[in-house]
Amino acid sequence: MASSSNSPCAACKFLRRKCQPECVFAPYFPPDQPQKFANVHKVFGASNVTKLLNELQPHQREDAVNSLAYEADMRLRDPVYGCVGVISLLQHQLRQLQMDLSCAKSELSKYRNLGITGHGLIAAAAAATHHHQQNFGINLIGGGVGSGDLPFHHQFFPSNQQQVIRSFDGGNGYDASSLLAMNVSSSIGHLSQFQQSKATGAADGLLTPIEPS
Amino acid sequence: MTSTRCAACKHLRRRCPPDCIFSPYFPSDNPQRFAYVHRIYGASNIAKILQDLPVHIRGEAADSLYYEAHCRMKDPIHGCVGIITLLHQQIYNAQTQLSKIQAEIAVLSAKAQTESHYQHQVEHVPNVDENF
Repeated sequence: MASSSNSPCAACKFLRRKCQPECVFAPYFPPDQPQKFANVHKVFGASNVTKLLNELQPHQREDAVNSLAYEADMRLRDPVYGCVGVISLLQHQLRQLQMDLSCAKSELSKYRNLGITGHGLIAAAAAATHHHQQNFGINLIGGGVGSGDLPFHHQFFPSNQQQVIRSFDGGNGYDASSLLAMNVSSSIGHLSQFQQSKATGAADGLLTPIEPS
Repeated sequence: MTSTRCAACKHLRRRCPPDCIFSPYFPSDNPQRFAYVHRIYGASNIAKILQDLPVHIRGEAADSLYYEAHCRMKDPIHGCVGIITLLHQQIYNAQTQLSKIQAEIAVLSAKAQTESHYQHQVEHVPNVDENF
């Protein structure tokens, strides 16, 4: 992944400097991906990225750079919420799914409790459709984005998506709804490159994972 | 000197002007807030991000920047992307579980309808004795 001696890495090209053999950026910012470093530089700055990378072991740096690139990309797409907007949307999706799951489990238990054959099942079917909307309790991620060890309690996700979309209506030319969709879909598409051995480690103290009941 | 400087200007050891871009969002009683964003983004990058936004949403932006900086301080490798990954996993697990349960309900519901139809047919067979 390191650039050849003839081709400076994207970082050194951007910074207009000689790309040294021991360049800390070279392994992670190949010359054929200039936008990656441009974004990271714009949001974090080259010296901050250097400091961050120097504090990590070499085998950790690729994941760190890729996550920084992702965060930078999200922040440039959504200067107000950045990745936090994606987190809020995903939490909302998860809450919805947990509610659907609760309802479905309740419906299933009615079938099981009243038996599979005979009038009991017919009654169960009728009862299940009648109580379809009932909420039997939801295990939410601790109250939203601002929960747990976070130093503030702030629900970033607006009460409706229109508020998020409205943040783009400042005449910057973005198609707000497609940008919002891109935020979510790009988060799904790009995440395949992150190999995280312990996903829970990143969220300890920040979010409480929902355990299936 | 009185403590009227915001946390940013205290951290940067400078005078806090009346129109300081940081002071509404980095109050002096929360020094960690600015320390974290400064560590991850740098003061000038934060200022640029805030200045490019309308005033009424700068607070939200400052909050989200602090959240991401906090995540990065706790997890220098993955930052808040680790949380996104975890959420995707949880969503996938919940969807899988929901699909299984919905399939089971569909089967039981179909059985219920079959039972109901059979029961209806049995109840409406004419009594043979009435023909005699």
